[in-house]
Amino acid sequence: MKLLRSGVRRLDIWDLLLVGLLIVILVLGSLQSPYFLNATSFSLIFSNFSEKSIMVLAMMLIIIVGEIDLSVASILGLASAALGFLFAAGWPLGLAMLAALAAGALAGLANGLLVTRVGLPSLVVTLGTLALYRGAASIVLGDRGISNYPDAFTQFGYGSIPGTPIPWTFLVFVVLAGIVGVVLHGSWVGRQLYAIGNNQDAARFAGIPVARIKLLLFVVSGLVAALAGIIFTARFSSSRADNALGFELDVITVVLLGGVNIFGGRGSLLGVLLALCTVGALRSALGLADYPDQVQSIVVGVLLIVSTLGPNLVRRVQVAWSRRRVAPEQALSQRSTP
Amino acid sequence: METEATIATQASAPASSRTLTRMVARVGQVRELGLLVVLLIVVAFVGVQQPRFLALGNIEQILQSIAIIAIVAVGEALVILTRNVDLSVGSVVGLSAFACADLLKTHHDLNLWLVFAFGCALGAALGALNGVLVSYAGIPAIVVTLGTLNIYRGIDFAIAQGKQVNAYDVPDSFLGIAAGHVLGVPLLILAAAVIAVVAAYLLRFSRQGRQIYAIGSNPDAAQIVGIRKARIVFTAFLLSGLLSGFAGVLWASRFALVDSRAASGLELLVIAAVVVGGVNINGGSGSIVGAMLGAIILGTIQSGLEILRFSPFWLQAIYGAAILVGVTVDALITRRVQRVLMAQRLR
Repeated sequence: MKLLRSGVRRLDIWDLLLVGLLIVILVLGSLQSPYFLNATSFSLIFSNFSEKSIMVLAMMLIIIVGEIDLSVASILGLASAALGFLFAAGWPLGLAMLAALAAGALAGLANGLLVTRVGLPSLVVTLGTLALYRGAASIVLGDRGISNYPDAFTQFGYGSIPGTPIPWTFLVFVVLAGIVGVVLHGSWVGRQLYAIGNNQDAARFAGIPVARIKLLLFVVSGLVAALAGIIFTARFSSSRADNALGFELDVITVVLLGGVNIFGGRGSLLGVLLALCTVGALRSALGLADYPDQVQSIVVGVLLIVSTLGPNLVRRVQVAWSRRRVAPEQALSQRSTP
Repeated sequence: METEATIATQASAPASSRTLTRMVARVGQVRELGLLVVLLIVVAFVGVQQPRFLALGNIEQILQSIAIIAIVAVGEALVILTRNVDLSVGSVVGLSAFACADLLKTHHDLNLWLVFAFGCALGAALGALNGVLVSYAGIPAIVVTLGTLNIYRGIDFAIAQGKQVNAYDVPDSFLGIAAGHVLGVPLLILAAAVIAVVAAYLLRFSRQGRQIYAIGSNPDAAQIVGIRKARIVFTAFLLSGLLSGFAGVLWASRFALVDSRAASGLELLVIAAVVVGGVNINGGSGSIVGAMLGAIILGTIQSGLEILRFSPFWLQAIYGAAILVGVTVDALITRRVQRVLMAQRLR
């Protein structure tokens, strides 16, 4: 309850704008097709977004500490390829899934070590591993596709909990989102994450194990991406090296659109969840109107840019507004955007 | 980052640290020498196993396939030197290539100079949009160009609608450009060399060129000493777009068959080339010569793998590894210089 209240208090202008945007999309979408708003299509919309939604949760934590992980979609592809390769080689599915998760965790560990031990910027490291992991996936699978997965597995990918329209993958998402919500907004770990994002050096002097936390977050990000890879494989019943190519755009867009500052230290789960609904609804509304994926990406790309431009402007307006009410010298001492 | 700032200030201070200036210059030379050694090792390794790799015709082929990447890499190097990054170059090349090929398909007898002007103008406009958003709207370059990477590619898709332009759709004179020679030198290589030399000269000797390094070393300090940071960064993005647009026209001329996926993923190769070439990803240090060497090394590795019949699936992994090795080596060198600096200050 306390969590909820603090969440509601965080509802600032940007979140309200997001709610407005979401309503506009929902109205336009349902004007376009009567099927847009019923429960079955909700589960369909979510299914289409199930991998991205869980990757968003990990990405959000990474961006809050001031880093970024561009390699998530490639780790997804690598995990999916590993799963397919091992399954085709006769491994039991459960073991192959564990191996895929391990591959994801290792990939994340490599990212984390290069960032925290060698001291390279995460942007370049993960740009490099974006190519490296995708390349590794295509070394493993070549242009083969593995597709003879058992029914029980694919059922997990696109099926619903019996008797409800709720997809299994939604359950996964809810559990993960719950964990992230509690950790970020209800525990000291969350406060440490914000502290790191706001001022890394100060955080280190305050005794926060900055490097270890960042390393852990990259491993988590890799692990979650691998889980997303398993879901993707189950949903399409197919492992291919180019699975989920370019997914990082949507994932990062959702996080930034949710009001998380690209430089770290700012953002809430509530905002990100709102952004997730917005982008998901937008993609499916455009899909219903027969726009191909790449053309939808134009809109998502614009949203990405606007989502960083927007909070800048909103804050500038807020500062100007408070300057008008508060005495000038007080306004000066307020934090303004660079 | 701080080291480069200190190096810059120390280097400009007369007499006090002439040895330091010399050392920094030497680091650059050693870096480029190292690249040459790597290149020679790759060439020797492949050449021993497949002597036809060393044939003049093959070397010309390799250089020709590198030329387009090298042209884009010049623009990317300018942007990275200012401590920014341009992820949209692949999409700009693709959009320019398709737009120009499509233009020639519908207007068969268009003057080819006009086609080149159109491609360059289109690229410059796309680059200018990046530049405005980064310089004047204050959005981080990574966000802007990740967005425009997808926006420009999406526009490419929307225009193409699944169509492609084939070799017989465009006039032969257009296809002849990429295959052409001037005084025995392939036109593509000549174009890349001229662009690289001009850019290297301007970076080294023009005021704006030095300002690019100053901004990359320490953006705030550069602003304080009166460098028009926003304008210079904007220009870097504009030039990156312009060169990508130009490269797009060459792409259409060279490959003849163009669809909306042309040059996708090229940005990774280009950034790999620039970073392997020793341009610091945090801006402020590096050279065009290095970036060109980086492009040549990657291109040589690529065709070496092809000639040794490696699976093409290895390529992307190698580009990724090259980026990682490049930045790691750079970070180690920076750390070394930093340590020497500290030692000197203590003395």
